[in-house]
Amino acid sequence: MIKIEHLDKWFDDRQILFDINTEFKPGVANLVIGASGSGKSVLIKCMVGLLEPTNGKILYGDQDFISLEYQHKQNLRREIGMLFQNNALFDSLTVEENIDFPLRMFSKMSPEERKERVNFCLEKVQLTNANKKYPAEISGGMKKRVGIARAIALEIKYLFCDEPNSGLDPLTSRVIDQLLVDITKEFNITTIINSHDMKTVMDIGEHIIFIYKGQNWWEGSKNEITEGRKSNKELNEFFLASF
Amino acid sequence: MNLISEIGRFIIFMKFVLHRPEKAKVFWKITFREMYLIGIDSVLIVILIATFTGAVTTIQTANQLLSPSDLFPTQLMPKFVIGAVVGTSSLLELAPTVTCLVLAGKIGANIASEIGNMKVSEQIDAYEVMGINSASFVTLPKIVAGLIMIPCLIIIANFLLIYGGVLACKATTSLTADDLIQGARLVFKPLYLKVMLTKSFIFAFLITSLSSFQGYYTTGGALEVGIAGTKAVTKICIFILFFDLIIAQLFLKS
Repeated sequence: MIKIEHLDKWFDDRQILFDINTEFKPGVANLVIGASGSGKSVLIKCMVGLLEPTNGKILYGDQDFISLEYQHKQNLRREIGMLFQNNALFDSLTVEENIDFPLRMFSKMSPEERKERVNFCLEKVQLTNANKKYPAEISGGMKKRVGIARAIALEIKYLFCDEPNSGLDPLTSRVIDQLLVDITKEFNITTIINSHDMKTVMDIGEHIIFIYKGQNWWEGSKNEITEGRKSNKELNEFFLASF
Repeated sequence: MNLISEIGRFIIFMKFVLHRPEKAKVFWKITFREMYLIGIDSVLIVILIATFTGAVTTIQTANQLLSPSDLFPTQLMPKFVIGAVVGTSSLLELAPTVTCLVLAGKIGANIASEIGNMKVSEQIDAYEVMGINSASFVTLPKIVAGLIMIPCLIIIANFLLIYGGVLACKATTSLTADDLIQGARLVFKPLYLKVMLTKSFIFAFLITSLSSFQGYYTTGGALEVGIAGTKAVTKICIFILFFDLIIAQLFLKS
């Protein structure tokens, strides 16, 4: 479980996040939604330590990520997987080398065991026959799958996805969404998905946070969103603008 | 103020870079690949630059010292002096400084663009999220490879500078190869070798570390990656010339 307490983020004299408080539970698809520039990417980057929050706490279990020492932080990060908006696959490595990379760095597995694990991850994301291809040789949807496979190569507890559907056609988007849900349930991972695709929200959103102008504006499930729209003008506008 | 903050950022960057590698086996594998890219891939350009520079330096020095002049009668000028001038300048300046200025363009721009591209495509962030010290992982192998290979290239360049001179002697009638080599040997001092090696290690560090630093802090897109490469080469050239002066002053002031 991840808990966020009173999180603020400033860039020089500009405040991006305002007193964010929330909780992300394991085994549930947690969605952070909001318009472009609302601060949702900044929130995710703060949570994985790519940006340092100005104030507040980010609790992974009972460990405050922000106040951890460098080495402890690095150790905790080995329990985190992240799917980047642009995939961030290593260009010079093949698909299987990309997935093998975290295993080679951090596991004590033998080469055979690693190969088995790589194939297992590729099967999980329904991607076979692409092992020897380079990222430049595969499609956008395949890159996303490789990104997910690399993220789950180590036995992670937390999975962050920054706009997993960006640049994908609607059909592939739904497949990726379902894949993320399946992996979340199967491995009981705390998954946080950053999205502004309302279709994704209505399909898989079990716990949704709507960020508006850097604030946690509304929180609930996809079943509560209809009710939320009635009482929340900004959420309603965002919802309608998405279709 | 900008310069001071830049130096401060560089020091902090180096603090992260000079960390024990996460996994020695992976580190050495990457380092060997970098040694190939920095060293073997640069041999051809070093051969060309050094041989031609050696030949041109010999011809020009001979022309200046052996041409009739009112100030100094040419018959009083021993021919080995040309060898002494060419040999000393090769060892002290041409081999380390000129070679490194060329390598700054080739290796420096390459490293800055490679790391810059990794930065803008979030690959650096991916290392960080995995719990890998990204600054050290991408930079340290390049610095180690540079410190091993660039001094080797400079030593090769030094021999080729003299060889270029010998080739030039064969093409002219005013000077023989024996004169050139005799002159170079006569004035050789172990101190010159020490100066050359000191320069080569310092310049190797400047080329690899400054270009990595420039690439690592790239933000934006393809345009900024190109700018990072240009900035890296400019900074490396300035620092090479600056340290060239300091080393000369420290070792050779009379």
